[in-house]
Order: sequence, then C-alpha cells, then structure tokens
Amino acid sequence: MSIVDLAATSLRELNAALHALPPDTNDTQWTVRNPRGQHAIAVGIDAPIAVEIDGHVGYYCAGMNQQASVRINGNAGVGLAENMMSGEVRVTGDASQAAGATAHGGTLVIGGNASARCGISLKGADIIVQGNVGHMSAFMAQAGNLVVLGDAGEALGDSIYEAHLYVRGKVASLGADCIEKEMTDAHKAELAALLAKAGVNANGKGSLDPGDFRRYGSARQLYHFKIDNVSAY
Amino acid sequence: MCGIAGLFLKDETHSTALGGMLAEMLAVLSDRGPDSAGFAVYGQPTAGQVKLTLRAAAEGYDFAALAGRLAGHLQGEVALLPRSTHAIVTLAEAERGAAEAWLRANAPEVSLFAAGRAMEVYKEVGLPASVSARFGLSAMAGSHAVGHTRMATESAVTTAGAHPFSTGPDQCLVHNGSLSNHCGLRRSLAHEGVTVETENDSEVAAAYLTWQMSRGLNLGEALEASLKDLDGFYTFVVGTERGFGVLRDPIACKPAVLAETDDYVAFGSEYRALAGLPGIEAAKVWEPEPATVYFWERP
Repeated sequence: MSIVDLAATSLRELNAALHALPPDTNDTQWTVRNPRGQHAIAVGIDAPIAVEIDGHVGYYCAGMNQQASVRINGNAGVGLAENMMSGEVRVTGDASQAAGATAHGGTLVIGGNASARCGISLKGADIIVQGNVGHMSAFMAQAGNLVVLGDAGEALGDSIYEAHLYVRGKVASLGADCIEKEMTDAHKAELAALLAKAGVNANGKGSLDPGDFRRYGSARQLYHFKIDNVSAY
Repeated sequence: MCGIAGLFLKDETHSTALGGMLAEMLAVLSDRGPDSAGFAVYGQPTAGQVKLTLRAAAEGYDFAALAGRLAGHLQGEVALLPRSTHAIVTLAEAERGAAEAWLRANAPEVSLFAAGRAMEVYKEVGLPASVSARFGLSAMAGSHAVGHTRMATESAVTTAGAHPFSTGPDQCLVHNGSLSNHCGLRRSLAHEGVTVETENDSEVAAAYLTWQMSRGLNLGEALEASLKDLDGFYTFVVGTERGFGVLRDPIACKPAVLAETDDYVAFGSEYRALAGLPGIEAAKVWEPEPATVYFWERP
C-alpha cells in the first residue's frame, strides 16, 4: 500500500508515480492525504488500482480515468471525472459543476449534490447522484445514463441525444427537445442494475424502487436534419 | 478570472487572527489573479468617529502634512495612520462631509478610496502576497474582511481598478466576472445622482447596491434586487458595517465555495483558499446556489 501526503509530496510527483504504474502492477492500493483542494489530483490513471483521497479536492480530479477506482472522502471541485473512459469514481460529498463531463465509460457516484452541468456531453458513462443536480445537467448528452435520486435544476437534458435520464425527485424544467418518456420494464431493469452497481439501494433511507423514478430522453426533433427547415440554416 | 476571499466572524474567537487568515487565502488565490490585490477589513468602530482611507500615487507621500492641513481646516482633531501608499485618517463623524469635500478640492493627488466607522480598504497593483505584506494585513484584527485578487478583463490594471470598491460608508464589494449592462446602469445611476469614479464595471455594481441601500433596503434585499437589474457574469462578496453577503448570477459562471463553522463563515473562489483555515476539516462546506442571496449580519 502506498500513502502519499500531498503536504510533503508534490502533486506532479503523485501523478507521475500513478502514470508510471505498469498494467500488472502489484501496487494497487493508494491513499492520498492532505489534498487541500488542489487541482488535477489522480488525473489520467490507466491501471487497475484503487486510490482513496482523504479530504476535499479541486478541479478535474480523476479526469480521464481508465480502469482505476478512485474514492474521494470529501467534496470535489469543477470537472470531477471529466472524460472518464472506464473504472469508477466515487465522492462522498458534493461535486461542483460539470461532474462527469464528456465521460465515455465507467461509473461516477456522487454521494451529495452535483452542481450545474452534471454529465454535460455525456458519451457513455453512468452517473448516479444521490442528491440533486444543478441546471443544464445532461446538456447534449449522447450516450450513457444519469440517475438522480433528488431533484434536477432547470433545463435538464437540453439538446439531448440518446443518453437515458432517470430522476426520482422534481425536475425544475426540461431543456429543448427533452421529454418525459415511458418507464418500461426494460428501463426499470436498467435502472435497478445502475442502482445496484452504485450500491445506493440500501443507504438507510429505505429501499429505492425504480418505479419511483421518471425517465427523460430525447424527442429526436432537434438533431435530425429536416428538409422543411432548410431555409432556416 | 479573479479570486475572492471573504471572512465573517460570528464571535471573537479569531478576531485578532482575521488579517492573517485573509492574507493566507489571498496568497493561495494568486494564480486566479496576479495583477493586483485588495482587501477591506472591518475593525472595532469608535463611537462618533469615522475613518477615511486615502491613497497617494507614490510611496513617501507626506500624509502627515496633509493631515495637518486638514485638521487646520476642520479646526478639529485628525489622527493619522500611514501604511505604504495608503493612510487611514480618523476624525469626528460629523466632519466627514466637510473633510471629503476639502480633500477633493485641495488634495487632488490623493484618492479617497473609502470611508466608514469600521472599514479600511487597501489595494495596489502587484502580486497578492506582496500587496498584503506591504500593508501589514497579517497583523490586522476585526470582525469581517473581504479580499480580491485581480486578473483584469474589463478595464486597465491600475490601483483604482483593483477591488474592493467602496461607494458608500462601510460598504464594499468585490467581483469575479464581467457585467454586460454596466454602461446603461451607470447612466441610470447618474440620473439618480449617483456618480461612479472609474470606468470599471464592478464599481457600477457597488454603486447600484449603495443606491438601493440608500433607499432603505438592507444588504440582503439590495442583493435580491440586483438579480433583476444586473446582467452579466458575477460572483459578488459584499461587506457592510455589520453584514456580509454573497451572490452568484443565475448561470453561476464564476466559482464559489462557502464554509461555515460555529465561529465563522468563509468564502473562497475555490476550496484551496479555505484549506488553511482553523477547523475547516469539520466545517460545513458547500457551493452557493445560483441566483440565491446568502447574507449574514452581526447583531
């Protein structure tokens, strides 16, 4: 097990050490202390390791993650797990804006609230937020899933493509071309699997019933070229 | 980009450490704003007295001679505390109008940055740590303080363009962002008899709040009104003699983190700025909601 104290070791040294790990590394358990809100902690990992960060982190934490499992015991700044490709990122507290932006794969679990633009341009990852999400979440989201146990802010799913949105609480408003869709058995099964993967089924707040969620997605009126509208271009 | 730091103490636990805490926060925020820095510190008011913050263009200005001339004109006592390019002039509250008028007429080489019973304002061009050291921020005590590190966008890198802006007694504002309707608002305020001294957009926001408060609104209500009248990107932190407020625009373009303990409320553009505060590990830390007024006031 490796323990890195960012009060004594530079952020560059930490990230360089993480980047230098070979695919078959035995050094699979990492603990980071004293993050003190620094930016870009544990960015760009590509190894099957577990990293636990004790404290609040700054911008872009665990960005571009591949394979690794990163856990933050605290809050995260802007761009948490931005462009994640695979693996898992968990934050026990809140995440600031643009959490999971453009993420292609992997799982992002946010224990508290996420601010505006959560899952903006989502490209295939699964994001599970146990609290609320801010305005413009899932803006232009192309693929993947955004699950919100709390409420969603204004303009949810604006200009959305084919990502699936599941919200348990209130939605302040839907964005352009985003509509409520039928919750079929297949979607309930998908949601149940997402909740199970996130481990948020038994969190002391009672069991979560996929039937309590509503599903939102694209009306598919915005992203197809329509010959009738040619004069508008 | 700019950086904002703010501290509002709920009790006296950290009052002597206030300046040191703010100085550390501003130093961390250097990379959000290396052009210039400034801060307002609210100390213990003295009954019947007012403090004027004066700023001369160059170090070595003879503030003592100026204070002597001013005392002669007012036929009253004028206390002087020079600090680098700035000086705090303390005089009877009743003489504030006369003193300001005399200074404007007779000392055009000196800028009048602020006036108030509790507030002193210091700002200069330069790296935040050097600006803090220049004025001895670390040794300053008080009840609350607001600071700013500037990366200029809307007007030139000058001392007058640095934050905080003070447009009313004991009132100050710092701003991260840019306003898009400040020219129109400036004209509207001029119709109301409110003049803005610089070309800076943030000073217009400060003057707008001063104008609203002069109409009887408290700071929280004035901030609420600004949501309707100000257009652009902003995170504001504002101070009054006993109050401390935070407001972000509805799109929440500019970052903001609040922390609260039993002893204090702290604001930072980023959590990094708060990381060194006492008891921060156990503080409630959250991102203020867009278009939501946060406001604390001492009794």
